[in-house]
Amino acid sequence: MSRLYVARNTRVAARNLDGEMMIMSGKDSTLFTLNKTATIIWQSADGATPLDEIVERRICPAYEVERAAALQDAEALARELAAHGILDVSESPIIPANSQPADSQPADSQPADSHSANLPAGESR
Amino acid sequence: MQALISPVDCLHLSIEIGGIPIRVNTSDADFLDMLQNRYAGFVGSSKHAAVEFNVDLFTPGFVDPDADVRVTQHAGKWAMERGDFRAEWEPARRTGTIRQSANPYSIDAVLRIVHTLVLAQEGGFLMHAASVIRNGKAFLFAGISGAGKTTISRLAPPDATLLTDEISYVRKGAQKQDHSYVAYGTPFTGELAKVGENVSAPVSALYLLAQGPENRIDPVAPGQAVRELLANVLFFAEDQELVQRSFHAACEFVSRVPVSRLTFVPDARVWEMIG
Repeated sequence: MSRLYVARNTRVAARNLDGEMMIMSGKDSTLFTLNKTATIIWQSADGATPLDEIVERRICPAYEVERAAALQDAEALARELAAHGILDVSESPIIPANSQPADSQPADSQPADSHSANLPAGESR
Repeated sequence: MQALISPVDCLHLSIEIGGIPIRVNTSDADFLDMLQNRYAGFVGSSKHAAVEFNVDLFTPGFVDPDADVRVTQHAGKWAMERGDFRAEWEPARRTGTIRQSANPYSIDAVLRIVHTLVLAQEGGFLMHAASVIRNGKAFLFAGISGAGKTTISRLAPPDATLLTDEISYVRKGAQKQDHSYVAYGTPFTGELAKVGENVSAPVSALYLLAQGPENRIDPVAPGQAVRELLANVLFFAEDQELVQRSFHAACEFVSRVPVSRLTFVPDARVWEMIG
């Protein structure tokens, strides 16, 4: 079975605000809030660490979940984040063109599903 | 020998909003008069313009009133267009052109766009918010149309100075190490139709407006504050870098300025809680 690699997309801006990881797509101005698992994946997505290692080292200990089920959920989540342009996903290691730093502040107890809001299109007369 | 072509008289004025002078050149005296009246209180005498626009007036054949604003950047030049105007601005040369009919709305839209672009570069923004100075401190009241921006402005006590009842102008403090924000008066009006005072003060608080059965102030979590702030920021450009800058600017602002939800009933007692 092939391994999956994930890397932070360089076209998004990220901030950890009081434990809530917020990501804005530069492409369409959509604002996302990551839940705890998505935040762990985002923070670990260096393009070189396989997703199964991220699950084993970061997600399983945090949630005390069975590895296979956690990996399945993580893959689904990574692909969903990729569909929104937040992560790049590949079956080989990803060398980022311009490394996007993950916000290093710790994510604590924030919940929630992905959430989006748009910047207003603008003011007209 | 008499010149075969006489030079066209170039008239100009400087519109200074947020401390940023924008010089407008035109050959039409009536248009200039209209601008002087429209921007009264914001017409400056600064000889050094941050931007200089040549306005080319024409009579359009057809204007689509529902056309969206489009703002794009290519090769260091911004292009701005809507059904009623077309403008270009080259920041490196500090010059631009506006092609429009002789009306105040088109140039007003161009000025708003240019200010949003300038502010986005330096960590500030224009936002849908009323702003008022009281006791030397500026208070912002953000909300969509109908949230109460005009009402809270109208209820402000006599010792308060109105900066705007519609579009607030927020810049970062002048010094690099200055972590404060400053709100400036704008000529951009809402229902009050009253031009703001051309003064400024450090921002003391941002209130997210809600109308309810009692006056109360509630804290807002940083993430929610950023979401609501961004929902009220004016942003026109199709530009990834500026979108990211605006996001970081909103996060910075929320980390430095208290943001609360102000629920109020429409009477003047709400101001006992502010300032």
